[in-house]
Amino acid sequence: MFEGPVQDLIDELGRLPGVGPKSAQRIAFHLLAADAADVTRLQEVLQKVKEGVQFCEVCGNVSERERCRYCADARRDPTIVCVVEEPRDVLAVERTREFKGRYHVLGGALDPLGGIGPDALRIRELLARLGGTGPASDEGDIGEVIIATDPNTEGEATATYLVRLLKDFPGLSVTRLASGLPMGGDLEFADEMTLGRALAGRRALS
Amino acid sequence: MHLRRLAVEDFRSWERAELDLEPGVTVLVGSNGVGKTNLAEAIGYVATLGSHRVANDAPLIRRGAERAIVRAQVVHQGRELFVELEITAGRANRARVNRAPVLRPREILGILRSVLFAPEDLALVRGDPGERRRFLDDLLVARYPRYAGVRSDYDRVLRQRSALLKTARNRQADLSTLEVWDGHLARHGAALLAGRLELVDGIAPHAEKAFSEVAPTSDPLSLQYKCSIPGELDRAALEPMLLDELAQVRRQEIERGVCLVGPHRDDLVLGLGEGPAKGYASHGESWAIALSLRLASYRLLKADDVEPVLILDDVFAELDAQRRRALCAVAAEAEQVIVTAAVAEDVPAQLTGARFAVGGGTVVRTTTGDDPSDVQENG
Repeated sequence: MFEGPVQDLIDELGRLPGVGPKSAQRIAFHLLAADAADVTRLQEVLQKVKEGVQFCEVCGNVSERERCRYCADARRDPTIVCVVEEPRDVLAVERTREFKGRYHVLGGALDPLGGIGPDALRIRELLARLGGTGPASDEGDIGEVIIATDPNTEGEATATYLVRLLKDFPGLSVTRLASGLPMGGDLEFADEMTLGRALAGRRALS
Repeated sequence: MHLRRLAVEDFRSWERAELDLEPGVTVLVGSNGVGKTNLAEAIGYVATLGSHRVANDAPLIRRGAERAIVRAQVVHQGRELFVELEITAGRANRARVNRAPVLRPREILGILRSVLFAPEDLALVRGDPGERRRFLDDLLVARYPRYAGVRSDYDRVLRQRSALLKTARNRQADLSTLEVWDGHLARHGAALLAGRLELVDGIAPHAEKAFSEVAPTSDPLSLQYKCSIPGELDRAALEPMLLDELAQVRRQEIERGVCLVGPHRDDLVLGLGEGPAKGYASHGESWAIALSLRLASYRLLKADDVEPVLILDDVFAELDAQRRRALCAVAAEAEQVIVTAAVAEDVPAQLTGARFAVGGGTVVRTTTGDDPSDVQENG
């Protein structure tokens, strides 16, 4: 145990995800030795992230303004919406540079153990968007929803739940991200579940 | 398959121990409490990623240490694989195969297969249905490692669905998602159930035969899978059957806040003659049934062409002459047998092979012959 503020800092850092006690100690002593200006800058961005960042009124992504840059970008296709769990998933899809539509961030997945039911997720907002009564009713008719929740127990349950709700929208096409073998991987190392799904979702080449 | 080397660090009572092993019989002799069973447990852990003595990993780590390490060198069909496991309490274990880290520890399942028979196995006969479900699921995973995934997916869905039912009872919370969880429970449950049913078909004849050898004067043993779905099971339609049954008990489930249908409510019913074994079998018969289940596991795995390592942890003292003979007969045909005993006299004379003396924090080889070069320091 160190004294006073140093130990407080180590404790606080240790509460961050992915930071163990040893890493927390290392970061704390790094900060202690760092330039005062560097620490001030860190302190400022920490403050700003809590005060300055808001959530996009349309899709729920983190944003500096009322609408995030994807919802505000007129060049993006408003008829196709990709539903993800977290803002970081938006970044993951964006990195592919394949998707030119808009997003909808749920803010999590169905997780009864964590006390998260459908009301805690931005599902109502999604239905309003599809019904044309959302804050971006100017964005036009949505023709396709891509469900891109995580391929784990909670993400799959959320996807199933959404599919049931979205059945009520006539003419809406609902798709789920394909799951299967990773690129550059070896067939022999794929686990049975992944391989089984890849088989079920196989596509015709000719 | 056999184990060529076992090394543990900060595992249970052991600060450090190393054993060089050979095919055939290895006997570990030492008085009570010196850590023989801990070594047997370490081997079992590499094979199943679980202990036969405790449900969580914390007791496996030596008091005062942060993590335990188990290393095993496994020889199978002339190929040698080196498995390394780091066990940390409250966190995911880490595993390496041939020094390369694997993504998930469960990827090492199947490298070492073992069948462990221990005094705790009496609970297979006398204990709760949970003990027998665990026996079936462990064996299922040992046979087909992919079931480790099926089992953990099912557990996860079950926990989520149970949590939902519990909150529904307390707060009249939103049950609109219950049907979603029903669907997932039925899907994963059907996969697990199908595996168990096939397994019981496979193991029942072996167990019944083993019991007739071990206890020839007793009534015959029978094995029957009891499913939480009443009536005749249609194996091609387990998923819709589970869904139907979930719909039947919905109200009850919400009232009680527990999940009432699924493989987590099933049992493997052990019958002795006309009646059930539980409550009726004598102490000796219960032992014979437990032994028969383990011998049957061994023979089933062997019939699949993977000869498992047989571990007999402190069991000879409990068995009468007839049962010792039956166990020895199987042990004699096994590629590798690891036996622990408090006194050397408990081990039948037929089981000749390497002997190690365990005690005082060391494992020392004491046989074979009088050649002093045979005595090698370990530990």
